[in-house]
Amino acid sequence: MSSGAQLVNLVAAVCFILALKGLSSPKTARRGNLVGAAGAALAIIVVFSTGSDFKRVPLIVFALLVGSAVGWIAARRVQMTQMPQLVALFNGVGGGAAALIAVIEFTSTGTSASTLAVIATVLTVLIGCVSFTGSIVTFLKLQELMTTAPVVLPAGRLITSAVAAASVVSAIALISSPSMSLLVVLCILSLALGVLFVLPVGGADVPIVISLLNAFTGLSVAASGYVLHNVLLIVAGTLVGASGTLLTQLMAEAMGRPITNTLFGAFRASTASAAGTGEERPFRSSSAQDVAIMLGYAQKVIIVPGYGLAVAQAQNTIRELVDLLTERGIEVEYAIHPVAGRMPGHMNVLLAEASVPYEQLKEMDEVNPEFSTTDVALVVGANDVVNPAARDDKTAPIYGMPILDVDQARQVVFLKRSMRPGFAGIENDLLFQPQTSLLFGDAKDSLTKVVAAVKAL
Amino acid sequence: MDTSLSPDIALLTVFVLSVFVGIEVISKVSSMLHTPLMSGANAIHGIVLVGAISVTANANGFAIVLGVIAIVMSSINLVGGFVVTDRMLEMFGGKKPVKKRTASEDGGES
Repeated sequence: MSSGAQLVNLVAAVCFILALKGLSSPKTARRGNLVGAAGAALAIIVVFSTGSDFKRVPLIVFALLVGSAVGWIAARRVQMTQMPQLVALFNGVGGGAAALIAVIEFTSTGTSASTLAVIATVLTVLIGCVSFTGSIVTFLKLQELMTTAPVVLPAGRLITSAVAAASVVSAIALISSPSMSLLVVLCILSLALGVLFVLPVGGADVPIVISLLNAFTGLSVAASGYVLHNVLLIVAGTLVGASGTLLTQLMAEAMGRPITNTLFGAFRASTASAAGTGEERPFRSSSAQDVAIMLGYAQKVIIVPGYGLAVAQAQNTIRELVDLLTERGIEVEYAIHPVAGRMPGHMNVLLAEASVPYEQLKEMDEVNPEFSTTDVALVVGANDVVNPAARDDKTAPIYGMPILDVDQARQVVFLKRSMRPGFAGIENDLLFQPQTSLLFGDAKDSLTKVVAAVKAL
Repeated sequence: MDTSLSPDIALLTVFVLSVFVGIEVISKVSSMLHTPLMSGANAIHGIVLVGAISVTANANGFAIVLGVIAIVMSSINLVGGFVVTDRMLEMFGGKKPVKKRTASEDGGES
């Protein structure tokens, strides 16, 4: 590579650092993302000018355009509610690409590669393949193409350990005597490992897994940079690997879940989640009129929006209700759980889409002390994030996750489709408490009725 | 003493320093931005496309097919990642009333 090209790569690397820096603050986030994109564009243009032995330009450009079009269209078309699984999918193909690159490079250097290069190849393939299949399983879970509950295979832990051990053995064998067939074995083992690794993770923990797999892909890309002696890939991959690991930790903290619990908790929790379901318990269902009266004559209302709100596309209706209540002189706030929706910060994105003013959004720590002075807590399409079991029941799979203390409000209203438990698959005791009323139906329909009833008050 | 850095050590140096930079740049991020940040970081590792292009240019036989797949996959990651992140952030910033107010104030002053 010419030094000119290398300098451009340096500029691109700086762009990536600035991008991450920018993304950490609301003011600069969008600009940060664009700086990153510009850096990437620069690096791509330069790679075409790296030598006279550069062949197959039309084919490469064609593949590039196909991939870009697919990515662009998917990103523009996706519903914001489905964005977490799209990110998972993007992450998976990135990891898969890194693994493929290492395999291709191995076919040309093969047995003549230095030990260091082989180690880097092994790492790229191992981590890249795990990230690839892991992300795909995550995608299937979030898209609800498969069960969101933890999947626990008989002797699952044993199988996972065995596959992990076999991967390590084949990796070591490969490093001591490089061969293509061993590399294929390693590929298959690590693809299987990715599936086994994500299967037992419960629904509520999926966001953390996406973040972790994102860090994995970063590391895989960094290792592929070592294979190709490309500094830009090392810098970019390592940046994502390091910041992704930290981000995963921050998310796990926001959920009050040590990362090991997230990954291995399902083995322990699988039995507890089955308990409690099945028996019939009394609950109070109410009409839109009742709910309107409760809200209309309250002094302070806190709205707890959840994924159900987003699925029903009811963001605008809820804002209409809040505007009405505010006009009546009622104090209204939104309580945003860090993982409301499907990913940390997801609900902020969804409400911003409906032009809900920022000042009304309160984070968990800020809003929790306020519930005891609140007349009505209106829970729209949320369940796990207000489940007191997370605070009180040590056997619950979500035990330890910080929740919104909705149960301390004088009255609680749930807008729900049915009595079905939430994403984590756990029953919510709060639904059966005397201060709780339930209004069944699609969140948007229910809210529209409530809005009409409040107007008529 | 030979003061020039061996290539392997140079790459290792870059790696280690990048770890610290990666941790440092995002150490103060509010939970509100976790999702866009994850998505943005996801887009950045799509730069593996550069590697996919360079190996495909020099590949032979079946490896070319693998290379084309790698290019398609990584460009989905790169382009899709940046676009979806931008869409998220567009909603964050664009409709924020506070921001609009300051923008009109700025306009009034000038």
